[in-house]
Formats: sequence, structure tokens, C-alpha cells
Amino acid sequence: MSAGALLPNSFPFVMSTSLNAWSDALSGFNPAGLPLGLVIIAAIPLVFIALYALTYGVYGERKISAFMQDRLGPMEVGKWGILQTLADILKLLQKEDIVNKDADKFLFVIGPGVLFVGSFLAFAVLPFGPAFIGADLNVGLFYAIGIVALEVVGILAAGWGSNNKWALYGAIRSVAQIVSYEIPAAIAILCGAMMAGTLSMQQITMLQQGEYGFVHYFLFQNPIAWLPFLIYFIASLAETNRAPFDIPEAESELVAGYFTEYTGMKFAVIFLAEYGSMFMVSAIISVVFLGGWASPLPNIGSVALNDWTSGPVWGAFWIVMKGFFFIFIQMWLRWTLPRLRVDQLMYLCWKVLTPFAFLAFVLTAVWEIYVK
Amino acid sequence: MQELGKVEQASVRVTPDGENRIVIEKDLSSEEMILNMGPQHPSTHGVLRLECRTDGEVVIEAEPYLGYLHRCFEKHAEMTDYPGIVPYVDRMDYLAAMNSDFAYAIAVEKLLDIEIPRRVEFLRVIVAELNRIASHLVAIGTYAIDLGAFTPFLFCFRDREHIMSLLEWTSGARMLYNYILIGGVAYDFPRGFVERTAEFVNYFRPKAVELQKLLTENEIFVKRTRGIGMMPADVAINYGWSGPMLRGSGVEWDLRRVDGYSIYPELDFRVCVPDGRFSDIGDSLSRHLVRAMEMEESLNIIEQCLDRMPSPEGFDPRAAIPKRIRPREGEVYGRAENPRGELGFYIQSDGKSTKPVRCKARSSCFVNLSAMKELSQGQLIPDLVAIIGSIDIVLGEVDR
Repeated sequence: MSAGALLPNSFPFVMSTSLNAWSDALSGFNPAGLPLGLVIIAAIPLVFIALYALTYGVYGERKISAFMQDRLGPMEVGKWGILQTLADILKLLQKEDIVNKDADKFLFVIGPGVLFVGSFLAFAVLPFGPAFIGADLNVGLFYAIGIVALEVVGILAAGWGSNNKWALYGAIRSVAQIVSYEIPAAIAILCGAMMAGTLSMQQITMLQQGEYGFVHYFLFQNPIAWLPFLIYFIASLAETNRAPFDIPEAESELVAGYFTEYTGMKFAVIFLAEYGSMFMVSAIISVVFLGGWASPLPNIGSVALNDWTSGPVWGAFWIVMKGFFFIFIQMWLRWTLPRLRVDQLMYLCWKVLTPFAFLAFVLTAVWEIYVK
Repeated sequence: MQELGKVEQASVRVTPDGENRIVIEKDLSSEEMILNMGPQHPSTHGVLRLECRTDGEVVIEAEPYLGYLHRCFEKHAEMTDYPGIVPYVDRMDYLAAMNSDFAYAIAVEKLLDIEIPRRVEFLRVIVAELNRIASHLVAIGTYAIDLGAFTPFLFCFRDREHIMSLLEWTSGARMLYNYILIGGVAYDFPRGFVERTAEFVNYFRPKAVELQKLLTENEIFVKRTRGIGMMPADVAINYGWSGPMLRGSGVEWDLRRVDGYSIYPELDFRVCVPDGRFSDIGDSLSRHLVRAMEMEESLNIIEQCLDRMPSPEGFDPRAAIPKRIRPREGEVYGRAENPRGELGFYIQSDGKSTKPVRCKARSSCFVNLSAMKELSQGQLIPDLVAIIGSIDIVLGEVDR
């Protein structure tokens, strides 16, 4: 690396140019006419996020909940228990993989797989930087919402295939909940799409980039954007079965909900999928309303904070940080609030969130057409 | 399969105000399913088993099945001499062992007609009230966990830990104390105990407020408990309810006041009943509120006792303990206000033996649980969990 790398602001640029060159080279890697390079690029964030989501998501949740509850949390494995998740994975790997006798074996096995695939396929369209995206689909946002909904199939397969009454209850609740909350979530996201005029996640992000940093974010570009933002955040909690909407896996009611019968690695896969989709919805909300990989820092005269903190590596940093922020809020809520009842959940969805989502939709449309 | 159209209404929830009311006018009943809740279930608080007939999420009827923790207390008691029964009494309501011991001691002392030293009464009341707070903390904490709030549970256990340490200091045990003996207590308070207890009272007051802010005033918590598991006062009395359950239905019935045993008549405390402003009288939230208010009252009682306690000089906690307990012929029923209600012991003595001919325990939460079938009719499964939690059962006492 050149001497310029010693300067504080040049390091990301060096990294980013080389990364861009590297990613361009990889994209052009098409042996026997197959776009293998693109597959690899798509797989990188997947693998990266999977690792991070499992280890740091679970570890973070345990530590955050511990600090909220006057505890220490995991402290034994590694310094401050930082390797605790690794130890847990090793334990889960060694566990006997039990398929109970009366289970529908096919559905039981395929359930966690579908869940995992549904949760992680969405990462393909998540932009981590100007040049760092698995597949820049022109319907990326639509694809992300749609593919996350695939989880329902996995949950239903897992719950039904377990042949356990609690699992069945959990699966039915989960399906009712996720399908219902898709509607306000989708309408809220549509508001963001309307402001951007595109469904491509990369273009949505680019529209929010600018020298004034966070001012360009859609959340601050429109006086009513906070409404779809809030609606999507609440609905996303329900979609990922997080508290206070964790009724599908309400441990005090349904033992463990749809994954009651799962052990070992299958359980770990369900867990991984849950943390994966937690990050996914957080990433979607940051892309649509908070500028995804765009730096929030503004350029102030000659202090070009925005320019210094932009670039592929910074982009990945910002979107991961924004995702982390929403995950932290999700955890915060989870460890503070009790759980809603099934009918209260449906009430909230159909009688509160959906009408307000429509209202936000209309207001956004009016703003976009007549005011802006 | 059930005949279609046989059930007129699938579910009716009766609440005074319209907020939580669900009335399904059309027949939506479908195939019924038998759902076994427990004995291995997170929210049955031990090994209670409820056999629920469910129609979707609606519980048509829930029948409790008991006996998974039956340990033959009454038979053991017939084969053990009077002081030897105390440890078994500890193990009935393991969350409030001091209070159970207290009730048993009252019953046997009534049979023996012995005078208890005044300081012993103070020691007993202080440890019993400390244990009442500890027990209510578990009740409130597990109730929070039943409703999906995990953090209040750990806050409760953090505070309970201080009480456990205090009681361990004075009795040597953390849960099953064997401290209140017939005619006395096992040990006097250790040096510094009074100061530490006063410190705990000061520590706990703000923590109770914190708990109230976190849990009791939480919108979702109120929505989940208000109007759920309604029990009118007359029905509650007919079922023989007692303790916070009965007071939750608005009946001012506290044995500490009604019977006035020990030194309670000298003390200034309130019998806590909900005033109906924050909850519908007789619902799960009222019962929760009563427990929360009682913790405050227990703190007041402890403070008063610490102030008025006679000096420890020349005090022997075991002075009044009879060397050999052989009561007169006769029968007696002694009772005390436990955290879960009226715990009573009916003891029959033939006048010759050092063992009771019959020792029957009137368990508070067994009686409270008997209304489960009525309370559970037509409730949703989450509400069933909320109702079980509000009854605050300890299976060790239910099954004995």
C-alpha cells in the first residue's frame, strides 16, 4: 500500500478502489458461459451476514438483555463471553437430531430449510455499497418483501410437520400474523418506493445520497415520511415474530411455538433464520427511509465529512450500523414489553396500522404530485 | 367431530366495560381439540395439568388435574411428633415457608395453651412479612413472564435475593427455614440484622415503584389483564377463596385483621383491596394490584416491628419451647394469613401420643385453584395463562 494509506481519510479510498476492481473482475468471471462470479459476489454478503447475525446477533441480544436486567450475561467463554455463541453452535452440532416418531418427516425436515432460504435469499438484493450488491434487480424491493414472506411456508411446514398441538398453534398464529402484517408493511414500503420512483434498492439508496448527509434521507425529505417509517417498523417486528408480537413462539403459552419439537442443528437453523430476517427488515427500513449505505454525515464547507465517509467499505459499514441500530431497538422492546394477545395483535394490524398506512400512502402521493 | 350448528355462541367474554369484550355472534365453532397443558408447561407454575377442550384458540373448558407433587404430608404428619412436622410444613409452600411454619405453630400453640414471649412474636412477624414480600415478588415476576415480559421477573428475583440472604442469615437456610418452632423460634436475630433489614426496607421502596412503572402501568400489561378472569365477590366467597384472590374481588378479608393473631392488632396496616379506578374489581389485574400493594404494607409492618421490638437482653428464643409436646385431648384449627391466602391446620390429638392423630392442612391455593374450571370457560389460551398466573399457585401446597 502506498504512503497515502497513512493519511486518515485515504485508507477507505484505497480499499474501495481495489475492492471495486476486484468486484468488477469477479463479475466478469463467467466460465463456460455461467455467471459464476455474480453468484460468488451474491454469496459474500450472505456468508458474512450469516456469520455476523448468528454470532454477534445472539451474543449482542444476550449481553443487551443482561445489562437491561442487572445481570452480566455470558462471561465464561472467552473474554466477556465473546465466544459463547461459538460454544453454543458446537453444542448444537453435537446434539442428537431427533425427528419424532409421528412427525411428517418430509415437512419436518424441509421446514427449517425453507425458513432459512426465505430469510437469506433477500440478502441478494441488499446494497452494501455503490458497487457491492448481489443482484441489482429493478424490482428489488418487491422481491425482498416477497421472498421474506416465504418464511410463512417454512413455519407452517415446521408447525404442521411436527405433529404437536403446540407447534400447530404456533404455526397457525404465525401465518395469520405474518400474512396480516404484510399489508401495512407493504403499503408503508410503497410510500418509500413512491418517493423514489423506483423499486430498485440500489437506486433508492443513490437517491438518498448527497453532500448534506442525512438531510437527503427519505425520512427527512417528506413531512409525513415518519408515519410509514413507524408503521413499517412496527409491522416488521410482527413479521419477524419479535416481541411484543412474539405470539407464535410465546414460550409461556405455546411452550416454544412452531419449533417446539426441533433440536440440534435444525433448531440452530431456525434461530439463524430468525436473526437473519431481523437484520433483513432492519436493512430494508434503513434502505428505504434512512439511506442504506449513504453516509449520514454532511459536508460542512471544507470539512468534507460526507465525502470522507463514503465509499464501498464505508457503505457496508453504514448499512450494517443502521441495521444494528434497529436490531438494538428490537431487542430493547423485546426485553421491556409484555406480549399482546392474538386478537389485540389483529386489532392493531387491521384497525390501526392498515388504515394509517393507507393514509400515509395517500398523503405521500399528494406530497409527491402537488407539493414537491 | 362435533355437529355443526350445535353451539350457539363460540365464545363470550363477560366484562363490565366494552374494551376487552369479544362476542362472536355467529357460530364459528369448529372441531374441538383436547389440549393437555402441563404438567410440563412453562406457565403452569410447576406440575399442574390442565386438560383443555379447545376450539381454535378458545378454551371451552379447562379441567385441572392435581397430584403430581403429592408427598403425603398428612400421612407423614400422623407418624411424626409435633416438632418433627415443621420441616414438612416448610416444604408445602416452599415460597413462603416462614408463613407456613407460623400457621402451624399457631395451631399447635392453641392446642397447648402456651404463652409466647413477646420478642418471639416480633421475630415471627418480621420474618413472615419478609417472606411475604419474597413470595409476592415471585408471584409478580412469574406473572410478568406469563405475559411475556421477562425483565420484571429478573428485577423481582434480584430484590428477592436480598430477602433470601437476610433469612439465611437468621435461620441458616435460604428457602426451607425450619425457623418458627412451636413455642418460639430457632434463633434470635444475629447482631446487625435489624439494621440490615431497615436498610432493605429503604432499598426496596424505590424498587417497588420501578416495578410498578415497568410492569403495572404498562399499557400492554393492563390490556392483557384488565377484565380477564372476572370473579364476583359472592362467587369467590362461595368457592372459599382467601388472601389476595378474595381481596382482588373487593372483599376486605385479611386474617391478620380478622383473627388478629400474634401482634398484628397492635400494628397499623391497611387491608389492601382494589378501588376499581385502575382495574375492574375481581379481574386478574386486581389480584396483581393487591399483591403489589401488600408488599408496601409488609414493608410498613416490618418498619413498625423493628421500631417496637423489645430489647434482646436476657432473651432466649427457645425459652417457651416445651421439652416434650404431648397436647391435651382435643382438636384445634389454627390458621394464618399466608401470601396465597388462608393456610389452616386442623389438628386432632388423643392426649396420650406425641403425634397428632390427624393433621389436615387447609391449603390456600388448592381452594383458590378450585375455581379454575369456572374461570377458564370461554377464554382464549393466552388469557388462560393470564388467569393461572393471577391465581399464583404453588403446587407444593396444592398437592401437599
